[in-house]
Amino acid sequence: MKIIVCLKQVPKNDSILRISETGDWIQDRDLTYEINESDAYALEEALQLKEKHGGEVIALSLGPARVQSVIKEALARGADRGLHLEDPAFDKLDAFGIGAVIAAAAKTEQFDLLLTGLQSDDFGFAQTGVVAAELLGAPHATIVMAVEVAEGSMRVKRELESGYFQWVTLPSPAVLTIQSGINTLRYATLKGIMAAKKKEIKKLDAAALGLDSNVLAPKQQIRRVYFPQKTKLTEMLEGSPSEVAAKLLDRLANEARVF
Amino acid sequence: MASGILVFIEHVDGKINRASYEAVRAAQLLGAEIGQTASAVIFGESVSDAAAEVASRKLERVYTVENQWLKSYTADGYAQAFRQVIEQLQPTLVLLCHTYEVRDFAPKLAAALNRAFIGDCIGYKVEDGAPVFTRQVFQGKLSADVVAVGDAPHFASFQIGSFRGEECEAGAAEVSAISVNLDADIIRQQPEERFKEAKAAVDLTQAPLIVSVGRGIKEEKNIEIVRKLAEALGAEIAASRPICDNEWLPMDRQIGSSGQTVSPKLYLAVGISGAIQHLVGMKGARTIVAINKDPEAPIFEVADYGIVGDLFEIVPALTAEAEKRKR
Repeated sequence: MKIIVCLKQVPKNDSILRISETGDWIQDRDLTYEINESDAYALEEALQLKEKHGGEVIALSLGPARVQSVIKEALARGADRGLHLEDPAFDKLDAFGIGAVIAAAAKTEQFDLLLTGLQSDDFGFAQTGVVAAELLGAPHATIVMAVEVAEGSMRVKRELESGYFQWVTLPSPAVLTIQSGINTLRYATLKGIMAAKKKEIKKLDAAALGLDSNVLAPKQQIRRVYFPQKTKLTEMLEGSPSEVAAKLLDRLANEARVF
Repeated sequence: MASGILVFIEHVDGKINRASYEAVRAAQLLGAEIGQTASAVIFGESVSDAAAEVASRKLERVYTVENQWLKSYTADGYAQAFRQVIEQLQPTLVLLCHTYEVRDFAPKLAAALNRAFIGDCIGYKVEDGAPVFTRQVFQGKLSADVVAVGDAPHFASFQIGSFRGEECEAGAAEVSAISVNLDADIIRQQPEERFKEAKAAVDLTQAPLIVSVGRGIKEEKNIEIVRKLAEALGAEIAASRPICDNEWLPMDRQIGSSGQTVSPKLYLAVGISGAIQHLVGMKGARTIVAINKDPEAPIFEVADYGIVGDLFEIVPALTAEAEKRKR
């Protein structure tokens, strides 16, 4: 089977964020990046499905030149080739636009399965995979915790709320959004890193994908970003570790009356 | 001419998801500010009882959409039926609660109509007579004010807990049926029965004191220092999702939207940044303490007491102090 897995590069989880001068996003200088957490699980799921059923895993990433490091990491972990979607017109796309670019790229491949993580750690739209599915005319399932592939179809376990789950069967080709924790992540081996150097990364821009500015026009726009106002009065405790330990236990006993 | 706000009511076998009333409340408040009436829509095979319940809220109308292909939720069935309803009613805004079900079908519906879906919002403002939606980015570290661009209808969903469902104004809405054309061919997902995994061995909902550990602990072996603190305080140990995903603690210790929801007397969060999926599971705790190296971590937004620093120094000091006071 042919699996495309979408990998987003996002600022590292513990990044210190600074708001840009224009006030509508963050400053990207000095940031270090990583693979979006649930996308890493989607990649692992793709690799495990390939090991079980054979086929090919294509690692796809959308973004500037820096996102090639995400594709290379995926190739080192075992993906077969890369698709890098890069164009100045792809800067600052909204959820629909990202979904549209991914759908256009997926159309150039006869895929059986398109995987994404369930949401990104930066924008947090949680829409990309579902939008791409709609534009591809493919069925989808979200927040997937297990995948069983059969001939021409698949049975997937969806996570619902409050501890409920549900198995859903759908025909291929299909789009699945993968929940973190579905599997155990692997690391790239030295051999994998060496092998990745010979693997192809194909670049596609808006013209190659037949995307005009009409499709990419934003449907939602960020007016401003800001640090959230605090809704709760938090007392910050300061001092040496033993001092803050004593202060905290005093307050828990006397103010909060927890003990 | 598009007008009115349409609210999606979610249910399982006629039992309404309480979160839907939060969306109704949002529609009542926003509607009053922008001069739009609010109506609700509910899909299913037989939903008259549920619709009657919704109709006791102040709404223009409650629309029922009954069809055999809507008996069980499917993304294809709901998106197709909802699309036909929108074409008939021409609302200017569709409001939903950001549940797992809405996440599953709303992006598809909005994309099919070539419209904006502003998901997972925590509130709104009105600027120049139009709604501006506030949503969290970078897992709650920043807020973004977002506007829809282009023609109506626009779609927005609110995070659970953003509005109070019990504050809905009462009323007596008229219930009207809307028919849609669906057939088996368009529904490609075949859902099975919903089920729960083997019952959680640990019921953290009853624990008065909880010490919870997150990604900041870095390695499995370090969990031990948090376990010692929990023992010293007589607390249960719990964790955020990444810890359970890594199997450093069992799944039944997980707090958050996909784990348990707790409201203990004390919730002490160690190395937990406070992504919204975690916060929804613990923000009802009476007293919240957060220990984190990042002063901007969203966990401090909900904390009563905060300590910014190295957990590997603070947790052992806290354990030692708690042991000392026991003697």
